[in-house]
Amino acid sequence: MSYLPENMPSPRPTLDDAPYWQACQERRLVIRYCEQCAHFFHPPLPNCPRCSSTQLTWKQVSGRGTIYTYTVGHYAVHPSLKGHPPYNVCVVLLDDADDVRLVTNVVDVAPEALEIGLPVQVCFEPSGDGTLIPRFRRRGLDTSARGERS
Amino acid sequence: MTFPMPNWPRELQPCIVGVGETAYTKRGGHQDKSELALCIEAIHNAADDAGIDAREIDGFTSFGFERHEPAVVQTALAAPSLRYASLVWGGGGGGCSGSVMLAASAVATGQSRYAVAYRSLCQGQYERYGQHRERLLWGSYVAPYGLMSPGLMMALAYRRFMHETGATPEHLADIAVMLRANAQHNPRAVMRDKPLTREQYFASRMIADPFHLYDCCLETDGACAVIVTTRGIADRLNRPAVPILAAAQASGPRWSLGPMGSHNMPLDDYASINSREVAKAIYAQSGLAPSDIDVAQIYDAFTGLIPMGLEDYGLCERGGAAALIASGALRQGGRLPINTAGGLHSEAYLHGLNLVIEAVRQARGDSTLQVPNVRHSLVTSGGGTGHKSALILGRAEH
Repeated sequence: MSYLPENMPSPRPTLDDAPYWQACQERRLVIRYCEQCAHFFHPPLPNCPRCSSTQLTWKQVSGRGTIYTYTVGHYAVHPSLKGHPPYNVCVVLLDDADDVRLVTNVVDVAPEALEIGLPVQVCFEPSGDGTLIPRFRRRGLDTSARGERS
Repeated sequence: MTFPMPNWPRELQPCIVGVGETAYTKRGGHQDKSELALCIEAIHNAADDAGIDAREIDGFTSFGFERHEPAVVQTALAAPSLRYASLVWGGGGGGCSGSVMLAASAVATGQSRYAVAYRSLCQGQYERYGQHRERLLWGSYVAPYGLMSPGLMMALAYRRFMHETGATPEHLADIAVMLRANAQHNPRAVMRDKPLTREQYFASRMIADPFHLYDCCLETDGACAVIVTTRGIADRLNRPAVPILAAAQASGPRWSLGPMGSHNMPLDDYASINSREVAKAIYAQSGLAPSDIDVAQIYDAFTGLIPMGLEDYGLCERGGAAALIASGALRQGGRLPINTAGGLHSEAYLHGLNLVIEAVRQARGDSTLQVPNVRHSLVTSGGGTGHKSALILGRAEH
């Protein structure tokens, strides 16, 4: 059971980002990192957006972050959302990847309880075709060590 | 100061000499005329306004999402010569003022005598922008999460803007009610005779929190066009000619597709519409300051773009938009009236080219909600897409 219906679109990996999606299938979150200027960036590009270097690698991050901003969709923008209750879309600022943000859903927070700054932790859920994609759960002080497999 | 270069010869300065539009209807309202037919009708109307034969047009510009190619438009106009044709990159409205910039550059450098910037759009005959469409670049990072419409994308930016500046949903209501009130004076407006109250605004259904239905622009069928030529040619037309004092396209560093992409623009730029660079460019070109602007048409695909736009264009300080809105300065009779024909919110959604037309009318003195003594008329283009563009128009000369 995923946060959104199973007919929603799934990721389409490209030459630039296949390792990101591959890591997700192993329930690991990896982010593009520039070795030239020592910055993370996202989404993956062939060159660093700060210095254009191609000396890039992938670094695994903790998956912890906070809600940077959010909205709640009340409108069926996709046929499979017809009749679906309102759902959140959040931008999560990762704790340990410079200013990198992921667009995602926070799966266990009701719309009225969403707030900017709320601590969250990555989890992985199947999208429509079964590809695992990163979503997030609320992170309490007592659960922060449980990690992404919770 | 002049566009495109300081001290550009007077006779080569670009001026807007004609504007034209079809009837604007809600989505699906044009059943008897194709989108292309409307496109040609709008260009004919603009040519009539300029006092020229449409077959004299030899330059053709538009911006992303236009469906009708210049060579087709040329053929339908029976224009013998196409000498210039170009399209500004980007989806939606970001390139709108840029298309007028291309037309201006073409005439100023002698590549065209009369260049038309046009937009035809029938969401009733083609797809709806508020529904999911496949995105080639980075759709993987947004579509699986249900981030599929411009409303949701801009709601994320506006939520952050509220957090950083103290703006509230009350300010959105102020804007929605004001835009609808402006449209009541405009016989072309789709929402004429449909005034909006605060109660109706807050009672309307939520679309993308904090955006209600009445924070979203219209879905329109129609077309419009703007004709540009040089001052030297305009002098012989014996019609009002509106000089283009500044025209620019720009994007800030690391913006990429901004909120239409993966939301990784720089943190201190996030709650903006990526127009700080284009604002710098138009003020530098024209030698003007924000305080010189007498009337503005701010791209309003969503009400929330207006407060962010006011700040990006320096029309108030960072964090000052909420107070400016609450002061009433943006309304009819205020210090800086905006979107005086009703905007994309209440006149028509033609990806912003109708805002250019209203900016021209303000500069000519023939708007349906005319601001007295307009010297400098600003129009801005784009909210969420990649790069942005803008124009400053000067008072019409006859």
